[in-house]
Amino acid sequence: MRLVLNQRTIDEFSWVDFIIGVLRVVIIALIIIGSWNTLASGRFTADQWISLVISGLAQGSIYALIALGYTLVYGILLMINFAHGEVFMSGAFTAVFLAEAFDRSGFLNGSPLLAVPLLILFAALVSMSVAILLERIAYRPLRNAPRLVPLITAIGASFFLQYTFRGLYGSGFKSYPTVDALRGSFTVGSVTIPISQMVVFAAALVLMLGLYWLVERTKLGKAMRAVSENKEVSALMGIDIDRIIVFTFAIGGALAGAAGVINGLYRPQGVNFFMGFVPGIKAFTAAVLGGIGNIPGAMLGGLFLGVIEAIGPNLVLAGLGIPGANQLKDVIAFTMLVLVLIFRPQGILGERLAEKKA
Amino acid sequence: MKRILPLLLILSLFAIATGVQGAQMECTDEIGCVEIAPDDPIVIGYMLTLSGGTSFLGEDSLGGIEIAVSDRDSMLLDHDIELIGEDSLCSAEGGQTAAQKLAANDQLLGVVGTNCSSSATAALPIISTAGMVMISPSNTAPSLTNDDTASGGVWQPGYYRTAHNDLFQGAIAAEFAFNELGLTKLATIHDGSPYAEGLQAVMADTFTELGGEVVFQGAINVGDTDMSAILTEVAAAGPEVIYFPVFEPEGDFIAAQTADTPGLEDAVLMGADGLLSDSFPEATGEAAVGMYLSGPSVTGDEYTAFLDKWAEEIGGVPPSGYHAHAYDATNILLDAIESVAEVGEDGTIVVGRQALRDALTATADYAGLTGSLTCNATGDCATGEALAIFQITEAELEGNWPPPVVWSPGQDM
Repeated sequence: MRLVLNQRTIDEFSWVDFIIGVLRVVIIALIIIGSWNTLASGRFTADQWISLVISGLAQGSIYALIALGYTLVYGILLMINFAHGEVFMSGAFTAVFLAEAFDRSGFLNGSPLLAVPLLILFAALVSMSVAILLERIAYRPLRNAPRLVPLITAIGASFFLQYTFRGLYGSGFKSYPTVDALRGSFTVGSVTIPISQMVVFAAALVLMLGLYWLVERTKLGKAMRAVSENKEVSALMGIDIDRIIVFTFAIGGALAGAAGVINGLYRPQGVNFFMGFVPGIKAFTAAVLGGIGNIPGAMLGGLFLGVIEAIGPNLVLAGLGIPGANQLKDVIAFTMLVLVLIFRPQGILGERLAEKKA
Repeated sequence: MKRILPLLLILSLFAIATGVQGAQMECTDEIGCVEIAPDDPIVIGYMLTLSGGTSFLGEDSLGGIEIAVSDRDSMLLDHDIELIGEDSLCSAEGGQTAAQKLAANDQLLGVVGTNCSSSATAALPIISTAGMVMISPSNTAPSLTNDDTASGGVWQPGYYRTAHNDLFQGAIAAEFAFNELGLTKLATIHDGSPYAEGLQAVMADTFTELGGEVVFQGAINVGDTDMSAILTEVAAAGPEVIYFPVFEPEGDFIAAQTADTPGLEDAVLMGADGLLSDSFPEATGEAAVGMYLSGPSVTGDEYTAFLDKWAEEIGGVPPSGYHAHAYDATNILLDAIESVAEVGEDGTIVVGRQALRDALTATADYAGLTGSLTCNATGDCATGEALAIFQITEAELEGNWPPPVVWSPGQDM
């Protein structure tokens, strides 16, 4: 009796393994064929590939900054804060008015080294306040509700924030003023790199290192890690759980606000109340790619997603003869997500949360 | 029985009286009439994109509609004008839902909308079957006024538009680029919307017919911010002119990032009316200087007066470029209702639905803000004569609007 049962289990397992195995082979074959075709056709020069990768890194570092907010909150509350894209929007949209004022007074181009950090700080503060209010009003009352409830609340909060900001600032598009110091480009070898891309990458890196230091080296970070391990025991050890959760939302919000301004310096156009939606979804993808709940994972996932989006359509899809490859950029992004979930369900750097926390 | 007899007499007299009156206002229209009682309002609707990322288009049109109504003190034929509206988004699903809600109201005479050709394709069959009319301020896709289903036409009776047909717009863009600028290699980028896809197809076809070569045709997504991948692909194809008839903000991103893409520094940029808005040069900056845009040239004293009304009644400036079209659309609808309405002695109005369509189709030489409007049998009311090519200069970055017209069809540079 027992033997038969085991036999059946083994059979089922091998079927699933077989299908996933075939899927893996097919996908890898498609990627190799597509890339080979493109590279063999020589449509792009090596320099063009390098500039694509660099612009992908710049875009990816913005995804990474937003993804950190998802991952921090998930790490502590095991909850996806789907309103995080709107936290990003609130900072970016509000700071655009300050940026315009700075531009009119000549301060922005006069002393960009002072003006830009001020803008980032301002946006971070705005987004931080929004994130804290969000936690206090929308999530805290539901802390002990079933996990689906705060998820739906997050979607509601997301709409609420979008239309609140539309009411505040209108539905038209705004854009960040251009900073003269960020214009132009420099040349390394034969590759031209726009200064703005380097600055975006560097600024994001500084913020991410700061976060890493905060989490790994400070008392607050230690408390955050403790709460993430086990809320009840941390409470018994004298950690104020509510305070730590508020801090987590505040840090995630501040990073999103900073990302809003950095994004605005890199891609100045298109600031409106709806601008948080797509980056929010992409950053969530990045967080899952890297392993949700894992801080270095979110950073890596963001950069990875940015680069894949930049080179994927031209490398793989164009090589397979698919027309309008760049319109399918999002297909690449979400196929990546599916792939990672097939090959490594816990994400690139993720731990097996199912075993540890559930 | 004695008591019932006088009652019956009174009742029959009443029946004869109303019968006589009914005969006077009888509806002879083949697809039905709308009867508006003396104290009831005349109901017209709008179907615009009022939420989501394209809601600036809806707000823009709605302002034009409201000003047209308030210009008449909200009165037509001594009845109040009641404006009802639905959000049609910028999608087929939204258009379908909005049209179904509006078509359920049998007092509704006509609708101003939609903003997007994708919504119109889904909304039009419902509105048309309900016997209503629909006048769009901003749908420019050629298929909407094409009644030949074999070639992809989706026109149905009752559809009109004050926006120009992209067949004109795409063709003049090609003529300008090939004949006037002498460019021979074209790359086009669209965003997957019927508007942009149709427009770039007309441009590419005309350009090839004239003798030019189309070296690249590609697409981006609405919502993309990073265009470097597609622009690298464009650069690899080596075009002399890049045509991207998309909307803001994607058009802003493409124009701005072209300047940073190696190999595209000297390419001529061209866009269409989707980008013909003062926020485009403002948002794009230096990269927009020199770019050509096709679109209707809406100018003149009446337009300035309209903008003053906008500032007074709504505040600020219109957020996009179709408010004047919406204003004209509302006016030709109200004028047509006025001309076909039969007014009874007590103020009851009867409007024949087919008569209303006929009156709109007969619109000729109407002097609107957007130029002279003459509707053809399939509802194209803008003649395309008012189209022109504009070029953005340094002055537009400083807030000057509109940009100077550099060419209009039938005129040498």
